[in-house]
Amino acid sequence: MSKYRNNPAAVRALVRETEVHKDAYIDQEVFDLEMEQVFTNSWVYVGHASQIPNKGDYYTTTVGDQPVVMVRHSDDSIKVLHNRCPHKGVKVAGEGCGNTGKFFRCPYHAWTFKTDGSLLSIPLKNGYADTGFESCEASHGMAAVKNVHVYRDFVFCRLANEGISFEEFFGDSLSTIDNMVDRSPVGKLEVAGGVLRYINNCNWKMLVDNQTDTCHPMVAHESSAGTAVDVWKRAPEGTPKPMAVELFAPFASPYEFFEKMGIRVWPNGHGHTGVSDSIHADYSAIPDYWEAMVANYGEDRAKQILGECRHNTVYFPNMTMKGPIQAMRVFKPLGPGKTLVESWTFRLVGAPDILLERTLMYTRLINAPTSVVAHDDTEMYERAQEVLHSRGREWVNLQRLYDGSEQPDVSTVTNGTNEWQMRNQMRAWVKFMGPAAKAE
Amino acid sequence: MNTLTEKTVLDFVYAEARMLDEQRFDDWLQLFTDDGYYWMPLTHDQPDPRLHTSLLYEDKLLLQVRIERLHGKRTFSQQPHSRSHHLLQLPTLESMDAAKGEAVVRTAFHYVETRVDEQQLYAGWATHTLVMQDGVLKIKLKKVELVNCDAAFGNIQLFM
Repeated sequence: MSKYRNNPAAVRALVRETEVHKDAYIDQEVFDLEMEQVFTNSWVYVGHASQIPNKGDYYTTTVGDQPVVMVRHSDDSIKVLHNRCPHKGVKVAGEGCGNTGKFFRCPYHAWTFKTDGSLLSIPLKNGYADTGFESCEASHGMAAVKNVHVYRDFVFCRLANEGISFEEFFGDSLSTIDNMVDRSPVGKLEVAGGVLRYINNCNWKMLVDNQTDTCHPMVAHESSAGTAVDVWKRAPEGTPKPMAVELFAPFASPYEFFEKMGIRVWPNGHGHTGVSDSIHADYSAIPDYWEAMVANYGEDRAKQILGECRHNTVYFPNMTMKGPIQAMRVFKPLGPGKTLVESWTFRLVGAPDILLERTLMYTRLINAPTSVVAHDDTEMYERAQEVLHSRGREWVNLQRLYDGSEQPDVSTVTNGTNEWQMRNQMRAWVKFMGPAAKAE
Repeated sequence: MNTLTEKTVLDFVYAEARMLDEQRFDDWLQLFTDDGYYWMPLTHDQPDPRLHTSLLYEDKLLLQVRIERLHGKRTFSQQPHSRSHHLLQLPTLESMDAAKGEAVVRTAFHYVETRVDEQQLYAGWATHTLVMQDGVLKIKLKKVELVNCDAAFGNIQLFM
């Protein structure tokens, strides 16, 4: 008898107001239910429109555990298809990206599909005459995801046919995407500079938690950011501060800095750190960039756009964005104890190249398999994953600055070291587990 | 070492790998020129380290941070320490200008990085751009190209 499948009360009991049971991180059944429910009922990030600018361009990826292909259709709309041939189940679009022309062709038996998934042709079609083929699911081609929404070139989908609308799911949290796009003098982003991919042997939710965990940088990153500050202190007087030091140093800021910067939470598990200040607030001005922004937006609006210093914005369930540094990470769950991290970077179209250079340096230094800051974090996630099965304690604690009057699904700003956003994520987790976690 | 010969270049490459495996990192850093770089591209035939990201593209300051961090009291990802092993193929001299004191040498390698029970094998090619400075051979650029540079790796904590 399964412990969690068909036992919604048991799943619901994994999340208390301020604690999460260890099984939410280590149990295979819970993971399977997350894939079937949370990653199906939520709007999940798929890709960026700039990856597929022309008709027939495609990009293969996953939504939860589902292989999909995002493709530019003949009418220029973006489709998301389950990347599986309805005939023998072969992966139709090969790994990565490319251009498929007017149709996809399965490499096994040459069944072809329009870029909206519908069946175009089958070799020796007569063989299916009078077989009742029209009533088989195979005759409908590659399954298209019905609910796809493109917001300022960011493509999201909801795998479930019915459910929460895009607007209700994201609400005001879209302001982070707005701000990142608005940072381009022409209001446009392009995926640029390659994608760093790496494996963390831990549950995907630990990475999401860490995004608004402001009590760890001065501890876990003492080894990397602290060392960078020490090395820099020894530089001869008058040496210009290198970009790398500017990027590293804020991680060594004291508790007080993080308390004051603030955290904002939104309904449905979204939220961000860095409301009034952040580790991204104090980078050097880039020559010509300000002028380009003012030319397009006017001084007041340009000031407002660049004045936003949001640190990490969590888009529940598994995407996180840094507007001021044009970086995004996607945490792709591979198993209860294994996550693929993708570290994406964007070019602000119309802005000087040095902004992209800074973005790339940031990502390389902070979010890469070779990053010393990431080494600090990964060590913590993997140590947790290694021993969470301990019977010495059953729960993971998310209690910091909890106030008994805290309501679910509100928009509010609070102390920067509050663990409210972590609680917010887990409340959303229960909500989007849907029938798998219904209270008795 | 005063003259640049094929032997001095090859000996240099072997000695450098040995330094890394013996964890003599401070000595290793001194092998670089002040404007030297260590580069691990992210894609095959990547021309540009600046507007395309890399696994590593670090100047002497960043390498210094990396090295000091390895032995920090609170560097938990190095408790216990990682260890490395280089297996080098015979390096090939790609170009050499003895008069200018410049040489480019390419070395196929297998590299193992271990930490307690975990052992990872990497394979690739290292290309050293070397220059003679005040009679001493130095690294201006060490470029490490992995055969699977675009794969999703776990932590890589030492130097290839």
